[in-house]
Amino acid sequence: MTEQTIVNIGPSHPSTHGVCRVIVTLDGETVVHAEPVIGHLHRGIEKMAENRTYLQVVPLTDRLDYVGSMYANWAYCRSVERLAGIRVPERAEYIRVIVCELQRIASHMMGIGSTGADTGATSAFMYTFAQRDHVVELFEALCGARLTYNYVRPGGVSMDLPDGWVEQCRAFTAQHPPVMMEIDRLLFGNVIARARLKGVGVLTPEDAVGWGTSGPVARGSGVDWDLRRDDPYSVYPRFDFQIPLGEIGDCYDRARVRLWECVESCKIINQALDQIEPGSVHAEGLPRLLAPRPGDAYDHIESARGSLGVYLVSDGSPRPYRMKVRSPAFCNLAVLPLLAEGHTLSDLIVIIGSLDPVFGEVDR
Amino acid sequence: MTLLWGFLWGVAGMTVIAVGAILGVWWERKVAARIQMRYGPQQIGPFGSLQMIADVPKLLFKEDIIPDSADKPIFKYAPLFVFGPIAVSMVVIPFSAGWAPLNTSVGVLFFLAVPSIEVIAILLSAWASHNTLSTLGGIRATAQMISYEVPRSLAVLAIVLLAGSLRPLDVVDAWRWWWLPLTFIAFLIYFIASIAEMNRGPFDIPEAESELVAGYFADYSGMRWASFMMAEYGGMISASLFGAALFLGAGWPFTGALGVVALIVKTIALMTIVMWVKWTLPRLRQDHLMSFCWKVLTPLALVQLVIVGVVLPWL
Amino acid sequence: MNIDELREHLCSTYPDLCPLFSVEYGDGMLMVDSSRLHEAASDLRDLGFDRLGMVTAVDTGDEFELVYRVQSREMHAGIFVKTRVARDVASIASVNDLWPAANWQEREVFDMFGIVFEGHPDLRRILLTDDWVGYPLRKDYEDERIIRRPDYI
Repeated sequence: MTEQTIVNIGPSHPSTHGVCRVIVTLDGETVVHAEPVIGHLHRGIEKMAENRTYLQVVPLTDRLDYVGSMYANWAYCRSVERLAGIRVPERAEYIRVIVCELQRIASHMMGIGSTGADTGATSAFMYTFAQRDHVVELFEALCGARLTYNYVRPGGVSMDLPDGWVEQCRAFTAQHPPVMMEIDRLLFGNVIARARLKGVGVLTPEDAVGWGTSGPVARGSGVDWDLRRDDPYSVYPRFDFQIPLGEIGDCYDRARVRLWECVESCKIINQALDQIEPGSVHAEGLPRLLAPRPGDAYDHIESARGSLGVYLVSDGSPRPYRMKVRSPAFCNLAVLPLLAEGHTLSDLIVIIGSLDPVFGEVDR
Repeated sequence: MTLLWGFLWGVAGMTVIAVGAILGVWWERKVAARIQMRYGPQQIGPFGSLQMIADVPKLLFKEDIIPDSADKPIFKYAPLFVFGPIAVSMVVIPFSAGWAPLNTSVGVLFFLAVPSIEVIAILLSAWASHNTLSTLGGIRATAQMISYEVPRSLAVLAIVLLAGSLRPLDVVDAWRWWWLPLTFIAFLIYFIASIAEMNRGPFDIPEAESELVAGYFADYSGMRWASFMMAEYGGMISASLFGAALFLGAGWPFTGALGVVALIVKTIALMTIVMWVKWTLPRLRQDHLMSFCWKVLTPLALVQLVIVGVVLPWL
Repeated sequence: MNIDELREHLCSTYPDLCPLFSVEYGDGMLMVDSSRLHEAASDLRDLGFDRLGMVTAVDTGDEFELVYRVQSREMHAGIFVKTRVARDVASIASVNDLWPAANWQEREVFDMFGIVFEGHPDLRRILLTDDWVGYPLRKDYEDERIIRRPDYI
C-alpha cells in the first residue's frame, strides 16, 4: 500500500449537487474510504415548523427538495389531511397526480442531466434541462412560481388549472418520450458513458433494502418497491403504468430507471388528463386556522427520490407539535461509503450523481 | 542567424496564438452553443465576435490570487512554461509549399518534442499550488501526455517514412493525394492523440471540471489562468495546423496564397471537429484512457507503420 | 395485507408482542418497553419487516417517545414501533445491527435529541457541527436566535 492522500470534495464543488462534503481517502486514484459530511444546508425546518401554523409550514416544505417541491408539499398535506380528517375533492387529487408526475419528470431531468454532466457530457445536461424547462413553464402557468410552488395545500390545491393548460400539458407529454429516446441514444448508448457507468457503484438488493434506500436507487438494484403501486395512495390505482427496474444496481441502472420512469410518468399524466372531471379543487368548509385533534399521523408518497414521508404530531394547538420529514435523499446518501469503496475518484463523482441527492432534503 | 530567426518567430508565434486563442474561444463558444441549443455570445459586436475583446481586459484586470501555501516562484512562472513551448513549436509548421518560418531538417521531431516540455510545467504548476486536487490533476496530465506521445509520434513516423524526410517542407512537397487513404489510420491516431495531448474532451481528465474542478490550474486566476487557456487553444491550433499540413497536404489542391487559405480552412475544420467531439462525448476514466492508448492506439499505429513499410518499396 | 390480517399474523407468530399491538387511525402501532425494543425489532424483522423507514423521536415534555417505522415489502404493510425513554437517562439499544438504515437516522436523533443509542458504531452529530451545544429539537432548547411567532388565535 502506498501513502494515502486525503482529499476534500466539497462542500463547494461542482459535482456534489449542493453542499455536501466528502472526505475521501485515496490510495493513488482509488478510493479507500469516502465519508460524506452533511448538514451544510441544515436550516432546521423541523424546528421552524413547530413555530408556525399548519398552513405556514407549506412554504417551508417547498424548500426541502427544491428540485421537486411539489412532492414535499403533497406529502406534508397528506399528513395534515390524515391528522385533521380532511377529504380532498377528486379533481384536486387528479391535479396533484398530474403535477407530481410532471415534477417527477422535471426532477429526473435534473438527475439524468447531472449524470451526463458528471461524466463530462455537458450537452446531455443541456438537453435534459430544456425538457425540465418545459415542465417548469407549465408550473409557472399553473401557480406563478418556477421553483418553490407552494401549490398543494391541505385540502386540495391552491388554484384550478388555467385555460389551455391541459392542451399545453398534452403537447408536452407527446413530445417528451421521443426526446427521452434521443437522450437514451446520446448518453446511455455512448460507449464511453457505458464504460463510465456500467459496473460502477453496484448496490446489491440486500443492501438496498437494509440501508432503507428507496426510489430509483432501490429500483435500480432490482428492488421492486414503488409506493404508487405497493401502498397506493390518491388516485394511482386507477392508472395503468409499469415500474422500471434495473438489473445489477450500478450507476447505469439507476440512471436508466430514471429515464424510463419519465416515460411512464407521461403515460400516467395522459391517463389522468383523460379521466379528470370538472369540480372543486379545494375541500369545502375548511377553517382558516387548522387545529387538528391531538395525535400523530404519518403519510408517505413516492417522490422522485424515493418514499418521502412526513410524520406529524399534534397537541391540539394550531401549530404542529413535531414535524419529521422522512427524507429519501438522506437515506439514499447513506450508502455512499458502501458504493464508493474501491472505485476511482472519477467514479465517486458519478456515484454521488447517480444517488441524485438534493441537499435541501438531506439536510432539512 | 537561424537561432535569431527562430526566436523572432517564436515571439510571432506567441502573438499568433494569443490572437488565435481569442478567436478560438469565440468560435468554440459559438460551436458549443449550437450543439447545446443555445445562442452563445451575441451581444457584443456582430455575432458576439467582440466578446473576447471584452474578456481579455477583464482577465488582465482580475486580481491575481496566489495561495498562501503555494510555492510562490514556481507558482508564478510555471504558466509561462506551459504556454512557451506550444508557441515555439509553431515555427516549424510549413504554412505553404516551400515556406516555413524555420526550415530545419529535424522539423517534425522538433514539433513532436518541444511541446512535450509543457508536461514539466504542468506538473510544476500543479505541485506548486499545494492543493490535492491540483496535484492529482498534474499527475493525471503527466501520465496522459507522456503516454499519448507514443502513438502520436508513431503516427507521424508513418508519413515521415513515406516522404523520406524529417523536414516538414519536404513532406509537404512529397505529399500526393493517394497518401490520404494510405495514411488515414495514422491521421486518425494523430488526431485522437493530439486531442489527448492538449487535454481536451473527451480526454480532459486532468482538468475534469466535475471531479478536480479545474485540475492543475484550479488555484490560478486572472492572466495566469488565461495563459493555461491560451496554451490549450494554442495546442489545438498548432496540432490542427501541423495535422493539416502533414496529413492533409497543406495547401493541396491549391498553391501559393490560395494554398495558405486552404490550409487555414483545413485547420479550422479540424479545430471545429475537436470542439464538436468535446461537446458531445462524456469524459473517459483514467484507466480507460491508458488502456485505450496502449491497447488500441499504439498497436494500430504500429500496424499503420507496417502497412506503409510494405507499400514503400513499390513506390 | 390489511391491519387485521397483520395483527393475526403477528399474534400467531409472536404471541408476546400481541397485547402491545394497537391500531391508531388506520396505522398499526406497537408500543413496547424501551428495554424490550431491540428484541421486538428483531422479531419484527424476522416476521418480514425488512425495511426501516424512519427513526425519530418526539419530546413529550417529561420523556422522549421514540418512533420507528418499519415496512414489509412482502406484506405491503408498515407499522409504527413506539417506545418511551426517560429524559435524564435517555438511552436505548441501537437497531443498527438489524437494519443498517438506522445508522444515519439514529445519528440524527442523537444530534437533535441527545438520545444515546447503545451499540451504535459511529454515534456522532450528523447535521449540526461537532461543537454544537444543546439538542435543538428538545422542547426546552434555548437559543436567542429563535423568534417566537405571535399567536394568531
